Amino acid sequence: MKLTGENIIEVENLVKRFGSFTAVDNISFQVKKGEVFGFLGANGAGKTTAIKMLIGLWSPTSGKANVAGFNLFTEAEQIRKNIGYMAQRFSLYEDLTVIENIQFYGGIYGLRKNILKERAEELISELGMESFRKELIKNIPLGWKQKLALSVAMIHKPKIVFLDEPTSGVDPITRRQFWDLIYNAAEKGTTVFVTTHYMDESEYCDRVSIMVDGRIEALDTPTQLKKQFNAESMDEVFLKLARPTGIQI
Amino acid sequence: MRTIIVIIRKEFLQIFRNRAMLPQIIMMPLIQLLILSNAATFEIRHLNMHVIDQDQSQASRQLIGKFKASNYFELSDFSFDEKHADEDIMQGKDRCIMMIPKGFEHDLMKEQHTKLLLNINAIDGAAAAVINTYALNIIQSFNQQIDAQWINQQQFDQQKILNTPYSFWYNPYMNYKTFMVPGLIVMLLTMVGMFMSAQNIVREKEIGTIEQINVTPIKKAHFIIGKQVPFLIIGLVQLTIGLLVARWVFSIHILGSVPLIYLFATVYLITLLGFGLLISTMVDTQQQAMFLAWFFMVIFILMSGLFTPIEAMPQWAQGITKFNPIAYFVAVMRMVVLKGSSLKDILPQLTAISIGGLVMCSLATLRYRKRAG
Repeated sequence: MKLTGENIIEVENLVKRFGSFTAVDNISFQVKKGEVFGFLGANGAGKTTAIKMLIGLWSPTSGKANVAGFNLFTEAEQIRKNIGYMAQRFSLYEDLTVIENIQFYGGIYGLRKNILKERAEELISELGMESFRKELIKNIPLGWKQKLALSVAMIHKPKIVFLDEPTSGVDPITRRQFWDLIYNAAEKGTTVFVTTHYMDESEYCDRVSIMVDGRIEALDTPTQLKKQFNAESMDEVFLKLARPTGIQI
Repeated sequence: MRTIIVIIRKEFLQIFRNRAMLPQIIMMPLIQLLILSNAATFEIRHLNMHVIDQDQSQASRQLIGKFKASNYFELSDFSFDEKHADEDIMQGKDRCIMMIPKGFEHDLMKEQHTKLLLNINAIDGAAAAVINTYALNIIQSFNQQIDAQWINQQQFDQQKILNTPYSFWYNPYMNYKTFMVPGLIVMLLTMVGMFMSAQNIVREKEIGTIEQINVTPIKKAHFIIGKQVPFLIIGLVQLTIGLLVARWVFSIHILGSVPLIYLFATVYLITLLGFGLLISTMVDTQQQAMFLAWFFMVIFILMSGLFTPIEAMPQWAQGITKFNPIAYFVAVMRMVVLKGSSLKDILPQLTAISIGGLVMCSLATLRYRKRAG
């Protein structure tokens, strides 16, 4: 991976409050172009809230942010053209076939017919899903659905792709394949912003941030983080951060 | 433009993939039209009448005979006992009592006027009024007959009758179905359109796909238009089926211009679907959407002039009907189908519904937010 050092996401003092509850508490970080950026945290730490602000689904309460070179507050539509998103909740149409889903999302992104056709074929053969082509989504296994959802989220070749816990609920083999797809995308220059709570997956990331109670408590490469927290694995780093006293359950 | 087509295509795929949907769209309105057009009528026939004939004369029998000969009354009971008659009404066996008092014929001949008592169960006021009218018609005709036969045989020149010739325009045989069917067609395509559109966007919220759409650069107006067009087409197909049934089953010939009906129907459906989608953007579950849709639907239909004339409503209610899209379409359907009204005649309605459509679609587009607070 060639990192140019150019920032593709810049976040400064971003806050999101729901009533009196602060879901995201004044976070600041940068993501470099071409990076695989791991966004870690326990359930309820504020990962999804942060991601939904960055992709323009929720308005931030305050702060500053630039995504793909555009201002989050004033140029949301420009951002949407340049990003892909795969939600935590599965979001392909269950009552449409594999190819129909690809055509629909490609069409929504305004891909022209011939390009869309080309991409669809490319995508299906890359995933090895030729036999599923005309199968309804509801009839295919979850692992396949997840891989397809990732590919569909990148059908328009976005600069950044946001993945919100993309591997939750899939078997280890499929998770491995899934990460191959992520590396594949990164190699082609796509920046990958991925949330997860599988700590082994965080080892695959170039850099990792760890969120605790709405704040970013640590941000570095996995190697540096382990050194910093004097830990054997990312698991240990995470436990030390999430439960600082080490006693509380 | 292409994104609109992409959405339309996807909606149609989903509609036709759902096996239960097509019969719902085509068969349900058809069945409802056939049932309701025969059921929703104010014509009352074969009413049970209890007769108390205390006179037992030629005149009283002649009067009873007249009632018997009409299709409207069924002379179910005869007695001399008022109590018995009252009981029958209480139990709902009879709808009305006619009491012919003693001396009926005598008075009629000698005094040239007499009395007759008619008791009508008026729990259903509208029905009672209809019964009253039927009965008065029969009695009046009996009167004239008596006049001519017995009383004024020699002095018919003395009779001064204000004769009012009348004719019923546009529906010369006063066929209730002719009147109801065009309105019912409106109701049926309204119901399907309203419910399907109200459920549509909220369904995508429920299954989570709306987020995936909201992160794309799709224009809000394109999204709303793409959602509207499939239901618009379905609505026009339903209209076509309705008009064909009207023609073949009920022999209703469209006097006015068919394209004019379709023009109005298109604008009407855009308004209605805009409203349905507006509901859909405002709620979080399909259940809420259905409740809201039902709420407006019941008000719209009952205040549309379909079953009860708008002129009969109180002033404030008539004011509300100015905002009722169904009222406009029911009126226009009857005007164009039965009266042959032209574009110029329906221009006020067309203008009103166009403004409504503009407002609804703008609201739906504004209310649909890609980014939540």
